[in-house]
Formats: sequence, structure tokens, C-alpha cells
Amino acid sequence: MYQYDEFDRRVVRERVAQFRDQTRRFLAGELSEDEFRVLRLQNGLYIQRHAPMLRVAIPYGVLSSRQLRELAGIARDFDRGYGHFTTRQNIQFNWVELPKVPDILERLAEVDLHAIQTSGNCIRNTTTDVFAGVAADEFVDPRPWCEIIRQWSTLHPEFAFLPRKFKIAVAGSAQDRAATFVHDIGLHMQRNAAGEIGFKVIVGGGLGRTPMIGDVVREFLPAPHLLTYLDAVLRVYNRFGRRDNKYKARIKILVKAMTVAAFAAKVEEEWAHLKDGPATLTAEEIQRVAQAFVVPQYETFTQPDAAFQTALTEVPAFARWVKRNTHLHKQQGYRAAILSLKATGQAPGDLDADRMEKVAEWAQQWSFGEIRVSHEQNLVLPHVAERDLFTLWQAADAVGLAHPNAGLLTDIICCPGGDFCSLANAKSIPVAEAIQHRFADLDYLFDLGDIALNISGCMNACGHHHVGNIGVLGVDKNGEEWYQITLGGHQGPDASLGKVIGPSFARAAMPDVIEKIIQVYVERREPEERFLDTFRRIGIDVFKERVYAKAS
Amino acid sequence: MPKLVRRGIEVEEQFTWVDEINPAEGLPTGAIWVPLVSWLNHHAACLAHSAPVGVYLQPEEDPALLLPTLQQVSAIAVCFPAFHDGRGYSTARLLRERYGYTGELRAVGDIGQDQAYYLAQVGFDSFAPHDETRVAGVLRGLQDFSDGYQSTWARPLPYFLRRHEKP
Ligand code: SF4
Repeated sequence: MYQYDEFDRRVVRERVAQFRDQTRRFLAGELSEDEFRVLRLQNGLYIQRHAPMLRVAIPYGVLSSRQLRELAGIARDFDRGYGHFTTRQNIQFNWVELPKVPDILERLAEVDLHAIQTSGNCIRNTTTDVFAGVAADEFVDPRPWCEIIRQWSTLHPEFAFLPRKFKIAVAGSAQDRAATFVHDIGLHMQRNAAGEIGFKVIVGGGLGRTPMIGDVVREFLPAPHLLTYLDAVLRVYNRFGRRDNKYKARIKILVKAMTVAAFAAKVEEEWAHLKDGPATLTAEEIQRVAQAFVVPQYETFTQPDAAFQTALTEVPAFARWVKRNTHLHKQQGYRAAILSLKATGQAPGDLDADRMEKVAEWAQQWSFGEIRVSHEQNLVLPHVAERDLFTLWQAADAVGLAHPNAGLLTDIICCPGGDFCSLANAKSIPVAEAIQHRFADLDYLFDLGDIALNISGCMNACGHHHVGNIGVLGVDKNGEEWYQITLGGHQGPDASLGKVIGPSFARAAMPDVIEKIIQVYVERREPEERFLDTFRRIGIDVFKERVYAKAS
Repeated sequence: MPKLVRRGIEVEEQFTWVDEINPAEGLPTGAIWVPLVSWLNHHAACLAHSAPVGVYLQPEEDPALLLPTLQQVSAIAVCFPAFHDGRGYSTARLLRERYGYTGELRAVGDIGQDQAYYLAQVGFDSFAPHDETRVAGVLRGLQDFSDGYQSTWARPLPYFLRRHEKP
């Protein structure tokens, strides 16, 4: 993991002091509500339905055991004993008190964490593949680049007041597990014919009210030019992005308005002046950051672990968990293990302090002290020896963290919705729960295979419903909570946005509706065919007919 | 005279703010700030003025328009009608870093303590908050951060190129 040095710490400490003073001035009436709103948002502080919510940045989703323990401590000391992991690999505390936020930030700073730019109209936390650095199918490790972007974007003086929020995602493998096509900027790491590292640059993707798949504005950007090129994109956006209407202020609208070609040309023109300037990365700096992501001291396993193999055959529940919840690793004899935060009856992504501490301890014991937060709102122990998987599984199972549903229908991505969020049209957590209850049979879930079901409580799409194979969006119908369904959304190299199936449904009807959709899939699928592929093959009408059929 | 901050100290405004000029009626006496459009349209009259003439830009105005006459302006101001409209930050960098402007560059309007540091980084060296009581805050805000990662006008070398220097 990247280790902060004195300089990194000083930046964070000075930010904490600045925010402490801003909070003091607000409470003393020296800053108006409006002035303070913009400032607190840039520090991740929202005012929600019940209380302020603090969003803490987990840079590109990587945490140490020590940091996770501190998050547990904060959950206990300043919240109601739990936190909520988000689709952007961050954590939110839903019940903090405003005057205490500077103290929380100070505690975070002690373990090199902060809430800088976790909301507001600025450059947000950069996200990446949860399996970065360990995935077997990776060609370049994106983490050093994420860290370089983190430093560049932190308190960037030119871009603190953008037209709207700005999100960057980096992917280092063909699978694109970072949803780069639905970010303001998506970077795909590549190697050119000469073996040099660079990026394919995608701009203008996004979810929200006007979901769009991003466009390629540059096929290959040589790595040393990353920051000058980002400066150019951001400058064009800062100067020309719309500021008169917040629903039209994202960069995607600017790109569409200018056309991709004109936008790309404008960026190139700007970049021509910045290229080779002082922000050009040096080999030395790239090396320095890359070295921080050292390969852990893996053991060498020359043959499969016998006890692991035996457990796989003798303990079906373990075998099922290994199949669904572990991911292939670069290093022979290791796996990345997914700890599901999606057990039925708990809000997706929520985790209490006691279990955070447990996870921190398991990580220390079996995963080189490292934890990842996935944008599917689960936790991942990235380097577990196959030999240790059974013990980990038992420990996780004992506290309800071994639900073997990663990637299955009940691994629901779900925003906090109407239970917490003041922007919501409808609740999302109870819908997730009702669906999880309906599909409680694990054998059946296993048979259904990969299905991404994503729920957002409003158009802002924090639950990424547009890229769910099944997307659920809370809508307001004359003051009542209704739900609109989209089908066929997908994130990945062949990303697609879901299509609306038809009129929305009342909450009580949702489990039945989902069941009908699943029935169509089961009847029409070909052997081994995923839900998404069946949908792409047979189209939406068959689903529509079933869902809206009059009872006969 | 309204107060402002220039090059780190509190001073009084010496210029008169002019919304529009009409050469037929003559220019107001003394140093004046004129809008970009007036400067461009009545350039000769501005040059003939007996006292300094500064030019102010609105957030949407392109600083490139000043390029041919950049050497003739006495000062440039960039307006911030709302502090969360960040276009002026890019305007400043363009004037300083691209067009090589070295004279006084002033941020005017809805600015205060919480913007001062960023403004100073991108090239502003004078600050005139519309609300005079914010002047003391601006002076404090300039000290909010002792350093930063990026390459800026105030600190052209990004931190990674200075890492080895001893503080
Ligand atoms: S999608 Fe809407 S309801 Fe859900 S968290 Fe985001 S803003 Fe709130």
C-alpha cells in the first residue's frame, strides 16, 4: 500500500485545521448556511434526513487493518456503531454530529484517512478495480496511477469549484471492473507496440438523470503525460461546462453539445500548451509511487493445498463460497476473498464496528494487513492463501460474513435511499430486503448465476441502477413510492444502459415482478447462458409481456 | 475608499469602478476599471486617458481577447459574482502562464477566506471581496496551506519535483 510521508500528512492536517475553523465560523454565525454548504460538501459532510452524514474517502478502495480499526472506533465513538460502504468504494457515517466532525477528521488523519473532496462540485475519490494488483487477468496495476491522480486532484487550486462533481476511474485489465465507461473520465491502462504504458482516455460517461456511455477522446496517452492531459480536460470543462442548470452541468453534456470530435480537439489544443510542462511525470516519480505497491511476501506453493482440496469436496457450503466468493489471483496458491455485506436482513453495504474489527484482524492474519472495498459494496481480502481459506470461511461464517452470494441476484447494489437520504423519491433498502427474502433458496440462486440487481432511490443513481442487469429506480407518483424497472444494463468493456420495461410498480409488487422476470430468463435461457446474454438475445418484449400480463 | 488586499497587505482602492464608457462624454477622472468590452471598443480613448486604466473580465469572457493589448493594461481584475463559479481560476492561469501577464491580477466579488489560498495559487495577487469585512479573512486564508502537490503559478514545480529539497 502507499504510505503517507510527512508531506502527505501535512496536507491532510492543514485541511483538518481549515475545516475546524470553517465549522467554528459557521456555528458562530460568521458563515452563512449557503457558504458553509459548499465548504462542508468539499469535506464530505451532507445534511441528511435525520442527521449530518460524513463520507470518508477510501482512496481507490484500499484500506489497511489499522485504518479499518480506526473506522470501527469512529463508528462506535461518533455514530451508532456502524458504517455504510458505498458504490464509490467510500464509507459513510450516517449519524454524526456537526460540531464533532473536526474531531472525527483529526482521528482519521492519524491513520492517513480524510474526507477531502468526497462530495461537492470537485474532483472526487478516484476508483478502480477491487482486484487491482492481484487479478490474474490484469496487464498493468492501476493503483500507482490512482495514487498519482489522488495527489494531483487533492486540493487542486484551479478545480475546486467545477460546474459539477467529477469522477475518475482507472482500469488495468480487459474485464474493466471499474465501470470506466460511466465515469466523467475513464482511463484504460494499455501498453503500446513498444511496450510503453499509457491510457485510453474515455470522457463523458455517467449515470444520474441523463445516463451516458463515455466516448474515447484519445486512443493512447503516454503515461508521463497523464497529469498535463487531465489538466487540459478539466480546464476545458471548468471553462465551458454549463453552470446555469445543475442537471446539464456534467461533462457528458458538454461533450455531447460540442460533439466528441470537437471536444477532443479543444482538449488537444489546450494540452499542446501544457504538454511537457512541469507537471509532466518523471520516471523517478512514477517509480517512487509504484514502489509503494510492493508485492507482498507471498509464500511459494508448488502444489495445491491438500487440506483445501479435501474441504472443497467434503464441505459443500465451503465449496459454494469458494466458487462464488473468491477470485483468481496472480500468485499461485492465493485467492482474493469476498466478504459479503449482503446477507438478507441487513442494509446492503452496512457493517457494524465489531465486525469491522474482525475483518481487520483477519486481514492482518491472512491477507498481509490489507482490505479492499468493492463498488458492489462488499469487502475483499485481496491475498489469502488457499491453505487459509477454510479457517477464514469458518470465522466469517460465524459472524454472518460468509454469505456465498457474490455476483448473484441477492448481491444487490443499493443506495441508502429514503431511509436516510433527503433527495430520495423512495426507499431502497426495504425493496432490496424483500427481494432477498423472496430469493432465499441458495441452490436456486446458484442456478441463476450472475445477475446484477441495482437499486437507486432517485435519479441521482447512486445505486447505479442503469448498469444493473435488472435496475430499480425509486420514483415519486403523487407522493407515493413507486419503482421503475430497467433491464439489460451492464458495466464492463461492453457496457450498456438498461432499457425501461414499462410503467412503474408499487413496492409490494416488486418481489413478484422480479420473480416474473427471472421466470422468463429460466424458461428462455440456453445452457450456461447468463441473464444478460439471454436478455440481449431475446430482447425486452418477452419480459414486458410477462410482467404486464393480465391475470387470467 | 473600499479596502482590499494587495500583495499580502491591506490597502485602499484607488481606482474608480466604471460600468461602461462613452468617449463622447469623456472618461471619468483618475484611475479607472473598465469592462473588457469598453477596453476593446474604445481602445484609443482608454490609451489616451491621463490616469491608469485597468480591465475587468466576467467569468465567461475569454482572456485571449486581451492578448494583443496586454502590455497596455494597468491592471486586470476577474469578477467572481458567486464564489462557487470557478471559471476565473482558469482565466487567471491562462493570463499568467499562457499569456505571460505579470502585472496586478485582482479577484473581485464573492470571495473570502476560504478561496484566498486557491486564488493566490492560480495567479491572483490582489483580492477585493465585495464585502469589506472579509478582508481580514482573506489575509488569514492566504496562510491556510503551506504547500501543495500541483504545479501552479505561485509554485510552478509540483511537489514531486521538489521532494528531495529539504524544507
Ligand atoms: S440515488 Fe438518490 S436516494 Fe439514493 S443515495 Fe443517491 S441521491 Fe440518495
